[in-house]
Amino acid sequence: MTEQQFHEPSPLAVAPPGSEGLIEPGLPADPSELTYAYGLEIEARSQWDYARRRFFRHRLALGSLILLLAIFGCGLFANFIAPYTYQQINLNALSQKPSSKHIFGTDSAGRDSFSRVLYGIRTSARVGVLVGVLSTLIGTIIGGLAGFYGGWIDNLLMRLTDLFLTLPLLAVLLVAAKYLGHSTPLKLALLLAALIWTQIARVVRGSFLSLREKEYVEAARAAGAGDLRIMLRHMIPNTVGPIVVSATLTIGTAILLEAVLSFLGFGIEPPTPALGALLSEGQDQGLDKWWLVTFPGVVIVVIVLCINFIGDGLRDALDPTQRRVRA
Amino acid sequence: MLTFIIRRILYSIPVLVATSFLIFTFVSITGDPLGRLRARPDITAQQIQSIAHSKNLDKPVIIRYGYWVRDAVTKQFGTTLFGNRKIWPDLKRVIGHTLQFILSAIIISVLLGVAIGVYSALRQYSLFDYAATTISFIGFATPVFWLALMLQVLMVQIFLKWHVRIFYTSGLSSPTGAGHGFHFLIDRIQHLALPVIALCALSTAVYSRFMRASMLEVLNSDYVRTARAKGLVERRVIMRHAFRNALIPLVTVVAIDFGGLFAGAIVTETIFTLDGMGYYFINSLFASDPYPVMAWLMVVATMVILFNLIADILYGVFDPRIRYD
Repeated sequence: MTEQQFHEPSPLAVAPPGSEGLIEPGLPADPSELTYAYGLEIEARSQWDYARRRFFRHRLALGSLILLLAIFGCGLFANFIAPYTYQQINLNALSQKPSSKHIFGTDSAGRDSFSRVLYGIRTSARVGVLVGVLSTLIGTIIGGLAGFYGGWIDNLLMRLTDLFLTLPLLAVLLVAAKYLGHSTPLKLALLLAALIWTQIARVVRGSFLSLREKEYVEAARAAGAGDLRIMLRHMIPNTVGPIVVSATLTIGTAILLEAVLSFLGFGIEPPTPALGALLSEGQDQGLDKWWLVTFPGVVIVVIVLCINFIGDGLRDALDPTQRRVRA
Repeated sequence: MLTFIIRRILYSIPVLVATSFLIFTFVSITGDPLGRLRARPDITAQQIQSIAHSKNLDKPVIIRYGYWVRDAVTKQFGTTLFGNRKIWPDLKRVIGHTLQFILSAIIISVLLGVAIGVYSALRQYSLFDYAATTISFIGFATPVFWLALMLQVLMVQIFLKWHVRIFYTSGLSSPTGAGHGFHFLIDRIQHLALPVIALCALSTAVYSRFMRASMLEVLNSDYVRTARAKGLVERRVIMRHAFRNALIPLVTVVAIDFGGLFAGAIVTETIFTLDGMGYYFINSLFASDPYPVMAWLMVVATMVILFNLIADILYGVFDPRIRYD
């Protein structure tokens, strides 16, 4: 059991003063000490090594990670990669079908759709990552406090999650976004984070509720560890798997929600390019120009698909109760 | 059983009251309903004051909540802030259309999802299973609004190429008159087909994945082994022992998904300009009118609570292991 858990330094193993360099129990200071009599070398591996190995074995997840980094990279460096700027008008190339010159075609103002999609990826990726980071922070703190102490924080959290079971999230988001008015990517990200952190909070709360009763938490407490130390050193590291997985999936959810809000006209407004706003513009320009609504949508699907696969891979990799990989 | 139902209904009442209070405070604190009027130069502060007074907007939130509840109960949600239009007749009409739309989506996705899920489980790791898995993963990543757009694009391309109109891309009925009886039905199906497909896709993916997992679990259970051991033919083992038990937990999944379908309706009805609840909601939001928005949220919350109540009761009917007292 203990060897399967994440790196769990026992509070009893705190090194006495002046003993720097002394070995921690279980981890040899010098791997060569572990050399067996018949000369087989054994390297010390942390749980992170195992997690990384398990993730890299998951070929679909690894491929998705590479593809996602490539797509996000294209968005991030859009001003270097994109052949045109996102509002460069070309009156000689109005509403053109995809060709070698404009691989995603052009819109009715002659703007290059490929360049606009690249800039749109940048906006969507920013919103997604920001929402992922923010809602993970808020969710972990509130979920952790709710799971550890219970009380009014726990009550509030559970009532909030109940509310989202009776009201569609999209409707609540639309009402809030409407009254916030014209959105910048930052404002929209804050709004999304303010409403979807409850999902991560629930995960952390559930995990903390069960970890609270574990023997090693009791042992830490007996050794005199304070609440904060128990949470930071013992409970958070053991919840890292679920937290990382939900944070990843939250990025995908945020990108989908950003797209739908911008599409309906309650999110990011033109001229800021966002994938949802591009789809809305494409729809306004007539559905006979199929390329304008096809490519931005395909990009959204591919991004979210990659994120979901990465989430699956992380779930398998970060679950320390999983059978270890050989290798 | 009866006491359970009564207890469950009684429990729904405080939930509904709490939800109504949350909806009211949420919509009230997120914005100034008269902001649009204040921005207009041709309306004086005096006029705004009198509108605010007549709608009780100059009172504290908690008192306004009281007035709102009174209006909701005795005057069927009262009237809109702008134009004093009665809310309930409009809302009643769109509820009818949307229920037609959502219920047909639920029925189709349950039938399809169950069929695909069960077949995948029975032929685990077959080509069909892999194909279904792949398609449902793509389904999870596809935004409903984009699917709706692509279906429209497809119809437009077919029309441009072959000049045939299989399904319509907007509205509930043909503007030239839908006809009667059979013709009306065909016309309605031609209009509803694309929105229903768009709305069904995600639910079908969810249900089929769930059904596959549920079926696999049941197939490995002891009572299925017992059924096989006593010599039943495989068909009977699957239909009577495995399938019926695997179906039970799907009830909960469908109930939880029900609220999400309203979100899907907002998107699909807007794209296909269907005169339903979602379209009504978006239009009320664009008009910055808080009263129809609150009425809408209240109706949806009531329906979701009601649907969950039905699901709980059905669960008890289907699963005799559940005791209610």
